[in-house]
Amino acid sequence: MAEAMGFFTDTTVCIGCKACEVACKSWNQLPAREGGQPEMSGDSYDNTVQLSGTTWRHVKFIEQFDSPYNGRWLMMSDVCKHCVQAGCIEVCPTGAIIRTEFDTVVIQSDVCNGCRACIAGCPFGVIDMNPVSGTAQKCTLCYDRMGVGLEPACSKACPTDSIQFGPIDELRRRAQTRLEQLQSQGETRAQLYGADPDGPVGGLNSFYLLVDEPEVYGLPSQPKLPSRNLASSTVGSTIGAAVMGAVGLVTLRKRRADEVAEAERGGAPRA
Amino acid sequence: MPDTFFTTPPDWQWWIILYFFIGGIAGGSFFIATLLYLLGRPSDRPVVRLGYYVAFIGAVVSGLLLIVDLHRPFRFWHMLVESNTGQLMFKSWTPMSVGSWGLLLFGLFAGLAALSAAREEERVRWGPAFVVTSGFRTVVAIVGGILGFFLAGYTGVLLSVTNRPVWADSPMLGALFLISAASTAAATLILLARRRSTADTVSLGKLAEFDKWTLVVELVAIVAFLITLGAAARVFLSVWGVLLVVGVIGAGIVLPLAMGLGWVKRWTDRPVMAAGLVLMGGFLLRVVTLLSSEQVHIAGSRVITP
Repeated sequence: MAEAMGFFTDTTVCIGCKACEVACKSWNQLPAREGGQPEMSGDSYDNTVQLSGTTWRHVKFIEQFDSPYNGRWLMMSDVCKHCVQAGCIEVCPTGAIIRTEFDTVVIQSDVCNGCRACIAGCPFGVIDMNPVSGTAQKCTLCYDRMGVGLEPACSKACPTDSIQFGPIDELRRRAQTRLEQLQSQGETRAQLYGADPDGPVGGLNSFYLLVDEPEVYGLPSQPKLPSRNLASSTVGSTIGAAVMGAVGLVTLRKRRADEVAEAERGGAPRA
Repeated sequence: MPDTFFTTPPDWQWWIILYFFIGGIAGGSFFIATLLYLLGRPSDRPVVRLGYYVAFIGAVVSGLLLIVDLHRPFRFWHMLVESNTGQLMFKSWTPMSVGSWGLLLFGLFAGLAALSAAREEERVRWGPAFVVTSGFRTVVAIVGGILGFFLAGYTGVLLSVTNRPVWADSPMLGALFLISAASTAAATLILLARRRSTADTVSLGKLAEFDKWTLVVELVAIVAFLITLGAAARVFLSVWGVLLVVGVIGAGIVLPLAMGLGWVKRWTDRPVMAAGLVLMGGFLLRVVTLLSSEQVHIAGSRVITP
């Protein structure tokens, strides 16, 4: 297996230019929404609003203002996290979602049948349907470009190096250095999200430097695998089946029939 | 806010709601038929046969509903066979994969049981002779009954093994769907059996008794479901909560239970009315469970709830 590759996104240097969104759309030939009609969210400079099957990069704009002159913008270029333990791979019933030699997660569009289990299984709300292909789609971390030694289109286009691409171990070192720099400058809210390989879902191969709580960025604080519920829910169902079997045993058996018949004839049912 | 709220809805809507409802009735009908076959009297046979017919028709319709719901329906077979290697596709840790095989096998056994029942009634004259033998019937009843239990409950497990609000926030959904499948199946059999003159009153009485106690268990299960939801229960502080309390619990469980216990004597044909209410409640349970979760999504960095 080749070296694990990924993204480190330093949100503190994102300027919201959306070059990553454009580069992603352009390289991956993703269709426009609503036939290219301009759509405004109406409450933000963020008109993309969310990741989807046709938008694999999305720059979030978070406004934190007490007054028109006191506040800050948080900007974050969101993308598939390429989880080390991926919920989408877990729940995919067709084997369409695979882990590549770069330790990234890719949906094979020719295998996917559009059941949408991966959409429900993703802890980050990344995956969605592409209405053109009729399959679930998301960032491939430019698997085709990586295969020929090129870096992904989004990080290539990023003018501030907010999106950095490279081997995961190297990116973690860079992220740690940047975190210590920010903290030494008094930004005590700075934190890495998904950089810990011992953290939730085994760490993220696309991780972030944030300067507020994850929820502020629309990220779950403790992302989890869908399979966490498999044992408990199966046990619950089995107990339910046992109880129903017992109810059936009591109410449907022959002796019970005799009691019902007796009751219908006017006699009191036996205890 | 629970972590499950930071996710995207899979757009599992009316086809899936119908599948959960009809598949539940199919699975429930088979295991009720199995219990009646193993524990009942010869005069229960008309209801047993009816259960097999309902199970078979329900299995076929379920399969069609699932295929129609796929965005690439002609690739439905990818659930069963790896499209690029030709090997069998089976993931024991993935409820949708196990469910695909479960539904296929259930359909097979429901078909065999229905064929056996049709031969017994001389509705058909084709098929191998062994399908009417006692040993064959017993094997089909036991295996199909187990698969019926599975089909009735795995849909709730499938929802739990996701990261979506409500579905993944309680371990009770599998049990709740299974119990609801039992009550809606009993109600279906009561309604259909009353239309067929072959079913005797004792069999109908047993079904009504089974449904009554199933509703008691369902009431306990739905309360446990709501308690275990924790903070995710906030989804029901909306029209979905009203529908859950009034439609599912009130009209779909408590009222037919009160009728079964003889506490409500307003209507002349109470068993039919009660069975109809149970079916409506079972359907609404699935509507509320799926659509309440479907309405939670992310817009920008904000979570939108119903």
